[in-house]
Amino acid sequence: MLHSHRRSVLQVSLFITCYNDTLFPETGKAVVKVLERLGHTVDFPAGQTCCGQMHWNTGYQAEALPLVGRFVAQFRHAEAVVVPSSSCVAMMRDHYPKMAEEIGDRKLIAEVQELLPRVYEFSEFLTKRLGLKDVGAYYPHRVTYHASCHGLRNLGLGDGPLNLLRSVKGIDLVEIESPEQCCGFGGTFAVKNADVSSAMLAEKTTAVLNTGAEACTACDNSCLMHIQGALHRQRTGVRTVHLAEVLAGGEEAGL
Amino acid sequence: MNSSSNVLDPRTSPTFPIAARATLGDTQLRKNVRHATEVIQSKRARVVGEMPDWQELRESGRQIREHAMANLDYYLEEFERNCIRAGGQVHWARDGEEAKRIVTALVKAHASSTSPEVIKIKSMTTEEIHLNLALEAEGVRVYETDLAELIIQLGHDRPSHIVVPALHKNRQQIREIFQREMNLPDLGEKPQDLADAARKFLREKFLRVGTAVSGANFLIAETGGVCIVESEGNGRMCLTLPETLITVAGIDKVLPRYEDLEVMLQLLPRSATGERMNPYNSIWTGVHAGDGPKNFHVVLMDNARTEVLADGEGRQTLNCIRCGACQNACPVYRQTGGHAYGSVYAGPIGAILTPQLQQLHHAQTLPYASSLCGACFEVCPVKINIPEVLIHLRNKVVKQKGALNPEALAMKMAGAIFQSERRFRAAQRLGRIAETPLVRKDGSGEGWIGWLPGLLGGWTQVRDLREMPKETFRDWWEKRGSHGN
Repeated sequence: MLHSHRRSVLQVSLFITCYNDTLFPETGKAVVKVLERLGHTVDFPAGQTCCGQMHWNTGYQAEALPLVGRFVAQFRHAEAVVVPSSSCVAMMRDHYPKMAEEIGDRKLIAEVQELLPRVYEFSEFLTKRLGLKDVGAYYPHRVTYHASCHGLRNLGLGDGPLNLLRSVKGIDLVEIESPEQCCGFGGTFAVKNADVSSAMLAEKTTAVLNTGAEACTACDNSCLMHIQGALHRQRTGVRTVHLAEVLAGGEEAGL
Repeated sequence: MNSSSNVLDPRTSPTFPIAARATLGDTQLRKNVRHATEVIQSKRARVVGEMPDWQELRESGRQIREHAMANLDYYLEEFERNCIRAGGQVHWARDGEEAKRIVTALVKAHASSTSPEVIKIKSMTTEEIHLNLALEAEGVRVYETDLAELIIQLGHDRPSHIVVPALHKNRQQIREIFQREMNLPDLGEKPQDLADAARKFLREKFLRVGTAVSGANFLIAETGGVCIVESEGNGRMCLTLPETLITVAGIDKVLPRYEDLEVMLQLLPRSATGERMNPYNSIWTGVHAGDGPKNFHVVLMDNARTEVLADGEGRQTLNCIRCGACQNACPVYRQTGGHAYGSVYAGPIGAILTPQLQQLHHAQTLPYASSLCGACFEVCPVKINIPEVLIHLRNKVVKQKGALNPEALAMKMAGAIFQSERRFRAAQRLGRIAETPLVRKDGSGEGWIGWLPGLLGGWTQVRDLREMPKETFRDWWEKRGSHGN
């Protein structure tokens, strides 16, 4: 089943997510570049906004609930939905069925159930849906990979993203200490518990710096925004870059 | 030997962010907590890794606990019948106050002199209700006999972990406490020296004191038996030497059948201390002529557990078997240690249990004391989905606080923005304009924000924020489309 899809052209619907749209458009461009380079076509449903994660995780369930229906309305006909944010995919996979139940709309419950198996985190789409490791990327830099908690634990991405990175030409991939440890972002946690979050972040940036990498990559720009914030404040010169941007790298690309 | 009035009480503790700020400044504590949790975690990982059926065991554990809680009334009454039949006496306590009255009255009734004493074996349940303070107020001298609890008591300190209560102290600090409180100025600092000192100090109490107060790991409904597991043997002393034994247990500690221990006694030691089996596993049922205590009482304490049970989403909290694995795995606990949680139940389990036991009248900041990283859920031997319960409790806190506060208003506005593409795009444009006065160019010409006002200032205390790019992804996409792609 999986194999038969490998060579066929897929129509991929991109759910960019609200914060990537606003703050990290380069990630979206990179996703489009990789998917098109692999021969697939990409569309972007214009009415999409946010998955509801911030509201849901902070306790604002009433505000999050309508976003389930919005997502389904935008993507119900998609062949495959690709999302370059592991925490947003975890949000949908772990909570949308329950949220639809709470709304009590039978049609929505069925549609969520029907749609979710076609929703993929970006690296997951490449490794599990397309069965790929090498996507033809070139990235001649020293890079370390941060396994974002939601990708690691909720989505079970495992070695998938690392296998993609290992296949990148020119890359010097270095392992980070305690890769399973949270960077301390946690959405509103970073401001509600700013001191604890900062302490967690200090351990993470130390681990990043210890690798000697030029860039830290991940499947989630929210963790990267957090890590990048401290790396820039400390004027380390070390960058963060979404996995899609590494995989989009070609012979012409800079860091 | 007065316990300090310095107790962990969620009703009077500062908020988690405030309390955490204090512990984050304690260099020694942070080093001790980091070291201890790393050691226990790696031991746990080793002995869990050697179990081919660990995930099946976890699922069994979850099912046993869930079934017990779903039929709690039935199993508690079954336990009561069987315990009484075996010669025990069962007391029911609606709350902590009632439990303290019952225990104090029992201690006094069984005391052979006018200056009653008790020895205690580690019980977080009695810490939850501050039993020692109540006993001392009635003139009862209390001696903790679990080594870690003894260190806490002698050091006028507070427990910071449910399995390793003195985890925040290192060997040198413990030596100083023993030197001072046991009057042993020449005490060495080898583990053996410290253990010898504690043994001498405690042995005399074991042989003299006629009443013991214990906790319970499990109550077995089928037999009326009580189970305690421990590493030192001090518990075994308390359970066998005194004339009178009083066990205080939360009503959530019940297991349906004796054979359920087969699962629990695999899950608990491996998760708690990284041991394949606890060195001491004590199970006792009622009283036996010529063997062990002559009087055996069990105090079954509710103290809001019934209210937790009534909440369909929060109820899984009661499945907890108090192994502490979530505390060791938690990156927040790793930084703050246990005291910041303002409760005997610290770490992720405390962040969900304490607010519920307080029925959210107190401890409302605890459900937010987590980055929702999920490390707790991953290690929980009975698969309590702690992040899910945290989110559920956050929703309750939000409802409790109402709509008229800055955060709720901002969230409401953001919610409205996300419900319309037009409003979302307007907000993106507005954000770019609003941030302009805060943006500074760095050396490479990139725009960064180094200071943000209000609650957002928490971000910029140690982090910069990149300015919003001039073009959103969807702007780019539209332009690209119009160029014939």
